[in-house]
Amino acid sequence: MNGMTLSVAAAGIAAPGLPDWATACAVLRGAAPHVAAELPPSFSQLLPPNERRRAPPAVRLAFRAAEDALARWPLPAERLAAVFASSDADTGIIHRICQTLAHPAPQLSPTDFHNSVHNAAAGYWSIATAARGPSNTICAYDASFAAGLLEATLLAGGENLDTLLVVYDVPPPAPLYEKRPIALAASVALVLSARALPQALGRLRIARVARAQPSRMDDAALETLRLANPALRALPLLHLLARGAAGRATFEDAGHGALCVDVLP
Amino acid sequence: MNARHFEPPAITAFTATSALGRGLEAHARALREERSGLRRQAFEDCTLDTWIGAVDGLEIPLPPQWSAWDCRNHRLAELGLNQDGFVAAVERARARYGAQRVGVFIGTSTSGVRETERAYRELREDRLPDWFQHRTMQNTYAVADYVRRRLALCGPSAAISTACSSSAKVFAAAARALGAGLCDAAVVGGVDSLCLTTLYGFHALQLVARDVCRPADAERSGLSLGEAAAFLLLEREAGDARWRLEGYGESSDAHHMSAPDPEGRGAIAAMRAALARARIAPQEVDYINLHGTGTPANDLAEDRALCALFGRDVPCSSTKGWTGHTLGAAGALEAVLSLLALREGFLPRSLNTRRKDPRIEGAILMSTRHVPLRRVLSNSFGFGGSNCSLLLGARA
Repeated sequence: MNGMTLSVAAAGIAAPGLPDWATACAVLRGAAPHVAAELPPSFSQLLPPNERRRAPPAVRLAFRAAEDALARWPLPAERLAAVFASSDADTGIIHRICQTLAHPAPQLSPTDFHNSVHNAAAGYWSIATAARGPSNTICAYDASFAAGLLEATLLAGGENLDTLLVVYDVPPPAPLYEKRPIALAASVALVLSARALPQALGRLRIARVARAQPSRMDDAALETLRLANPALRALPLLHLLARGAAGRATFEDAGHGALCVDVLP
Repeated sequence: MNARHFEPPAITAFTATSALGRGLEAHARALREERSGLRRQAFEDCTLDTWIGAVDGLEIPLPPQWSAWDCRNHRLAELGLNQDGFVAAVERARARYGAQRVGVFIGTSTSGVRETERAYRELREDRLPDWFQHRTMQNTYAVADYVRRRLALCGPSAAISTACSSSAKVFAAAARALGAGLCDAAVVGGVDSLCLTTLYGFHALQLVARDVCRPADAERSGLSLGEAAAFLLLEREAGDARWRLEGYGESSDAHHMSAPDPEGRGAIAAMRAALARARIAPQEVDYINLHGTGTPANDLAEDRALCALFGRDVPCSSTKGWTGHTLGAAGALEAVLSLLALREGFLPRSLNTRRKDPRIEGAILMSTRHVPLRRVLSNSFGFGGSNCSLLLGARA
């Protein structure tokens, strides 16, 4: 693939100090300081009441960035294909299940079990938006953003489907945290389209290359964020999009290569 | 549906390891002899009274250089890779195209969570034991990473985890990557191993049968869990290769997290998309390998969908009476069984089905048939309403 060209129609984010795209835009442009505040609570507008009760924290976090992006997407959400990417999905549930299984004659919660699947967020999303099209759920450990972006690019560019990409991870509870120290909760969403859209945040050209150094954030606080959660590996691209600047963001992928994303002038 | 012409990738090597044995011959023999791999036995200290499809020989550790990766799921992956000359076939592709041009897409639902379960039993002062590694055991990507490193490949790589459709969806992801010219070949597959999470989890949802699983049977009472590793090599340049991935279709139910849409609308959409991509009519499909878990709801909904699209005459069966439901490995395992049916010219019967459910109207195979065939459709449906249908064909 020597480059597939796409529009980023919308972006969304939920991370400490970057609670939504509007705030993140100002911070990434340098117009406002990054204040490392906890994410204020929010409630999904899309999840039906039953699902809102059942959805675990990782799913709610995925919805948060996705709903933020969709606020600037004019077409019905049900027509979007979807790619969800996460390194660890809901480790809180894995923790509860493994705790229960450590005892004789365990009784698992049926809701915990169906929420434990890696594609729980995709399932809730499809139910909440009545989206019946293709949807994929990906894991590539710390490279989950790059792997998700690639799959979303292939759906949008190769199959001509406007595609929602959502990348998210939550901190594992102790004792798993020591083995997988994801320090903070964060989610990022992009809507990609093969069409040239007048309101787009930017046009991207995406190519896979052999190994290359990943882009970093100049700002130390933002660089710390980038490394603190696999979803925030997206920050160098969001930085270019927020500034409306042409440039290149490079991401390590899981296959010993890298994704080069050129934001076109 | 995309107007762009779909170039069907060639399937140039394939293998499977399941409760039926190691490699293609073991599977072909079991299918011929109508011998199930399911046994009424306990998995480790699981106290559920049920049947399982366990793979023998997983007590042998990985070689020392892979000790950080040593877990039941990777032992199963390793055993699977070593059958039918699969590693050698991948080495040929790597030599021909270069490691950067061979992708790896592996489906799994629980990866190495069996080791997390074990580690939690060894918690001391709220610390997990030193032997337990998250990245190389528990993480969902671990098995794809293991396969990638083991085969020394550097192409695009991901684990796909959409519950029981995971390793059907790897074909779609790989076909997209091949179609875009991102790689020239791709290893696709599914690896899922038995663990307490899925045994007790499906039990909590009242989906595990005490009896052996009996797909489409009037008295079916649920699924039997199994484990498997299945791998296939896809190549962009089909040449004169005999087997093709002629189409795939993906859809979402938008209905319920753990129950299928009773009308099977998502299943219809996935099957229809697979046919459309191959530009063929329903009557050009010779056999359908059903998702057919043996739960009352799945088998009925799938039958509704099937009859709506194909009518009542296309021969169909679930092979889960042989292997059990291998979850994230089921899509790739059943793709391999479908290729075996094409290669050997037989339609496997619905094993363990004694009396067909009168509400099921499709042509469930009550006995094995020997006929040449050209095209097989294989269905995989997962929690979260994730549907994927694969169309596999022999070169005309």
